[in-house]
This record gives sequence, C-alpha cells and structure tokens, in this order.
Amino acid sequence: MENNAEIVTIYVMGKKHNVPGDLTIMKAMEYAGHQFTRGAGCRGGYCGACATLYRKKGSYKLEGALACQKIVEDGMYIAQIPFNPAEKTTYSLDELRPDANTILEYYPELSRCLACNTCTKACPQDIMVMDYVQASLRGDIEQAAKLSFDCISCGLCAVRCPAEIVPYNVGQLARRLYARYVDGPSQHVLDRVKEVEEGKFDEGIKELKNMDKAALQERYETREKILE
Amino acid sequence: MEPENKHFKDRVVELSGENVDLCFQCGACSSGCPMTQEMDYLPSKIIRMVQLGLEEALESKTIWVCTTCFNCEVRCPRGIDVANVMEALRQLVLRRKYDRVSLDELSPEEIRELPQIAIVSNQRKLTA
Amino acid sequence: MTRLAYYPGCTLKTNAKNFEDSTIATAEKLGIELVEPERWNCCGTVHSLSTDDVMHHLAPIRNLLRVEELSNAGEVDSKQVVTLCAMCYNTLKRSNMVFNEDSDRKKKIRDNMYKEDIEYSGNVEVLHHLEVLREMGWDKVKEAVANPLNGLKVAPYYGCLLLRPRGIGVDDTDDPTIMEDMLEALGAETVGFAYSQKCCGSYNAVHMKEVVADLAHKILKQAEEAGADMLVTACPLCEYNLGPRQSEVEKRYPVFKSIPVVYFTQLMALAFSLGEEAAAFTGNKPDPRPLLRDKGLLEE
Repeated sequence: MENNAEIVTIYVMGKKHNVPGDLTIMKAMEYAGHQFTRGAGCRGGYCGACATLYRKKGSYKLEGALACQKIVEDGMYIAQIPFNPAEKTTYSLDELRPDANTILEYYPELSRCLACNTCTKACPQDIMVMDYVQASLRGDIEQAAKLSFDCISCGLCAVRCPAEIVPYNVGQLARRLYARYVDGPSQHVLDRVKEVEEGKFDEGIKELKNMDKAALQERYETREKILE
Repeated sequence: MEPENKHFKDRVVELSGENVDLCFQCGACSSGCPMTQEMDYLPSKIIRMVQLGLEEALESKTIWVCTTCFNCEVRCPRGIDVANVMEALRQLVLRRKYDRVSLDELSPEEIRELPQIAIVSNQRKLTA
Repeated sequence: MTRLAYYPGCTLKTNAKNFEDSTIATAEKLGIELVEPERWNCCGTVHSLSTDDVMHHLAPIRNLLRVEELSNAGEVDSKQVVTLCAMCYNTLKRSNMVFNEDSDRKKKIRDNMYKEDIEYSGNVEVLHHLEVLREMGWDKVKEAVANPLNGLKVAPYYGCLLLRPRGIGVDDTDDPTIMEDMLEALGAETVGFAYSQKCCGSYNAVHMKEVVADLAHKILKQAEEAGADMLVTACPLCEYNLGPRQSEVEKRYPVFKSIPVVYFTQLMALAFSLGEEAAAFTGNKPDPRPLLRDKGLLEE
C-alpha cells in the first residue's frame, strides 16, 4: 500500500501500532494486520456494524464512532464493540396499537431513564437519543420516530446507558408504529405496487432472466449510465 | 461503639445528611406514618438502630415500604428528616446491585395500565 | 395574554391528558397562554434524597435550562415555569434549591450536563398552577365562573408532594387552604376530612397493589363519611391510586361505595362552562358525569 501520510501511533485493545494518519480506524486496523470477521459491514457509514469506542491521548473523554468513518488520530486508544447484548423483542406489528403506552409496554426500562444524555453524547450519528427515549416514555410516537430516523443501530447508546435501556430498539419500534399507523403507506409505493401488478415490469424481468452471465455483468457495470 | 457499628452509622449520617443523634425517641414520626401497618420496625425504631450502628436496619422491610411522603419530616420536633435516613439505608442496599422491584415480573397488561409516573418513580426509588 | 412556560411531565401526555386539556383551556380563559418547551425530558421524578447523588438532578435542571432558553428567546414573559403534576413540581423545585444552595453539587451538575449550549443560571422559578391562580387572585377566578358549582360538596385531597417537606409546599404545611379557596371561588362547598394530606401509597402502586388499595380505601371512605360527593386532586399519581384503582378497593372491600376523583382544573372548566372537551371527564374513572348531571351542573 502506498501512502505518504504522516505515521501515527494507535493502540488497538492495548496493543501499539504505527499506521498512516489518513486512514479510517477500520483501514488502520487492517493495515496493522487485524482481520475483521465481525464488526464490519457496508464500510460506508450506513450499516452500524463497526461501532467503536475510543479515547484520545490526554483526554478523559470516552467517545464513540463508526470505525469505517472515523480517521485515526495520534495516541488513540481503540476498542471495537461488534455486538451489544440485547434481547430482540418480537412483536407482530399488526397486533400492536399506536397507543401512548405501547412502547413502554415493550420496553418498560424506559422508565429508568435519568436524562443524563450520555446516549446522545455517544451517538456517532448525532441523533438526540435521550430526547427520543423521553418522547417514547411519554408516548409521543411521532417525535420518537422522527428524532430516531437516522439511527443505524450501532449500539453505542445502549453500551453507555446507565439505566440499561437499549435505545435503538425503542426507536425502531417507534418508527415502525409511526410508519404503520400514523404516517400510513406512501402514495408512490402504492402506485409502484399497482404498476407491478399491472405487469409493467414483466417484459424487463423476462429479458433479464434470459441473459447470459457476461451480458448481465455488462448491464450491472454500466447501470449508472442506464439510470442516467 | 464497635468500629463496624460506628462505620455503618457514619455512612448513614453522611449519605442522609441527618444528625440521627438528635432523636429522643418521641415516636412522632411513627405516629404519623401511613405505612406502619406494613412495617416490621417503626420508623423511630429504625432511627434508634442507626444511632446504635446496627446494620440489621438494612434488612428491615420498613425501608422499602416507606413512600417518602415526608409526614415524618413535618412532625419531627428535633428537625430530623427521617425520609432522608430511609433513603440512605435504601441506597446502601441498592448500591450492592440489588433491585427491590423487577420490571421483568410485571405483565405487559399491568405496565400498559399504570401511569408513567408510577413506574418511573417506583424504579427511581427501588432499583439500582 | 401572559405567556408562561409550562412543563407538562410524562403522565400529562398520557393517563392525565384530561388534567392537561382542562388546564390549558381554563388558563386561556384567564388570560394565560401556557408555552410548552419544544424539548423536555422526565422531571427526574421523586427528588433524590442522598447527599452524594448528582445524577438524579440532571433531568430536573435540564428542564429548567429549557425554560431559560424559552425565556432568552423571548417566547415567554417571565423566568417562571408552571407545573401541574405534584411530583414534577416537587422534583423541579427541590433540585432548583439544591442547585442554588449547594455550590459543590451545582458545579458537578454543570460539569455533567452534556451537550447543552448554555449553562443554567439558577434563576428559573418553579410554580404549581395553583400558585399561579392564587397570585392572579380568586376574584379573577370567580369572575370567569358562568356555571357556579352550587350544591357540589368537594373534598380537596392534597396528598404529600404539594405540601411537604417544609419549605417546598404551595401553602402552609399544617393548615393549607389553597385548594379550598380555589374550589369555593368556583361556587363549590368544600368538605374537610382527616386524610386530606395522607399519602395515597404513591409508587407502591406498581408492586404493592393491595397495600395501596387499603390506603385508598381509608382516604376515600373518610371523604365520603365527611359528606363529600367527590374528591379533587392535583397529582396524576394520586388520581390513579384513588380513581382507577377503586376497582382494586372494591375487590377487597365489597361494601365500598365508589366516589369520583377529578382534577381541580376539570371543575374549573365545568364552572367556566368551557364545554365537555375542555372538562374532559371521559378520562376519569369512576365517571363523575352521572353525579354532575344529578346536581344539575352538567347537561344531559
């Protein structure tokens, strides 16, 4: 790998590595020889798989980031948080009601929120996590859904919460309730479903199905141009 | 007083901010307490136990039944806020990773019916 | 219109929506616009009583900071905040006192108030809505009455956190009259009873249903024996323990006769003739409407 960037020192799980200073945490760790088998996904800041906690040299602050997004800094202490132990609550959305107490019923630990805002501080997406947790507590589904919209479920809020709440699960239920019962289905989705049912895309699908591998690959590689 | 008794008493005094030695056992706190029928030791007796540094106070049912209604605070002729002492005792137990009430034991129906304020205040007072 | 910051608290948006609706409508009638901050969080519920605790003061102080932001933005006319729930009132007011009187804890609270643009000054004044009404004057309340509650015997139930501990209450701890004054301004007859300041059992409602039902039974029976038609409260938790939980009382005391429990602002809405929506009696259990119809105070 060719790189003219200044070399910085990072500590991965306590082990010292010298790495180019313009790499993301994820690339720097791979540069240093680590292989990601968990805790890596889209590498584009969308999937939330690469949650990372770190401290900077000379600072007491424990900070959160996505390893695929955050650029390393000299003296960084890094630990991956590839998984947050939390039960995945199961529910049937059709059987739920968008009532004020619905979210609390599934996540009663919401009642333990101290409004300390540590979750908000830990969020790499700059979401006002505490505010949506509080909105959920008081049954304001719309606000909880809207405030949590950018959540990618990386889990850092849950790791840091002194009340042991798993905010991302709470936000997800709020968004589901909002989409299902408050906002309702979008017109453009309904329109598209109708088009599908009327057979508008049947011809195209048939064409794709009959292509050989090389032609398919060609079509895939030039897809942006087709869109244009 | 034995060192362990003194240590316990000092810790309660420090956490509660109350000088329990002011108490002369008149019992006014107990007479005004709405929860005595559910208690094993009367509030005044708990204060006496703290005066003597008796750690058994931590095992009493009394500290968990207290609703922090401050009737005792209003009635005490010696200016002791008994509710603060109860809180200090609860805290000493809660800080050893103890939860008096577990939300896991409540049914979804119960949680749905209860007002937020009941659950939130309950968890604040009775869980670590 | 006077614009006054209003802190609702969680339950005012759910189980106690009738308390909020009736308050907003009656306040408007009296020339007060209640301005809710765009962001707010749990009041901190139940003031923390241990000396070393800072964490539990973050929630209340953060709310007071929101009020300060409203005031700085010129969206309200004072640095006061009005509360409805007795527990919110107590928690916000006591934390405010801790902040202003304990410099050590003040510093720690400020140091731990993550992600805020401004620091809280300590200058917000926490009021209960009853205090706002008293300040305005009972005559003003009287002037707004179109449907005087003549013949209605009401037992004011203060509970704990409106009055205690000393130095916090909305009125004299031993001999409060603020609810009586308010209800009499509406034309109602107030009935004194021994348990008007006795605890309803509070948060024990979650895990000690029977004990709370016993306490509620004592309070309700006392009020009824004193001749009251209904109880009036200013706290959503008292309302729940004394109202909807009468079902539990009935299970334990078969001869118990149910009695309605309403928020004081609901009776204000009724006396001001602001309509059914403002009085919001549909949210009460047991239903107070049959009684109010009997008394000729509510149309059939």
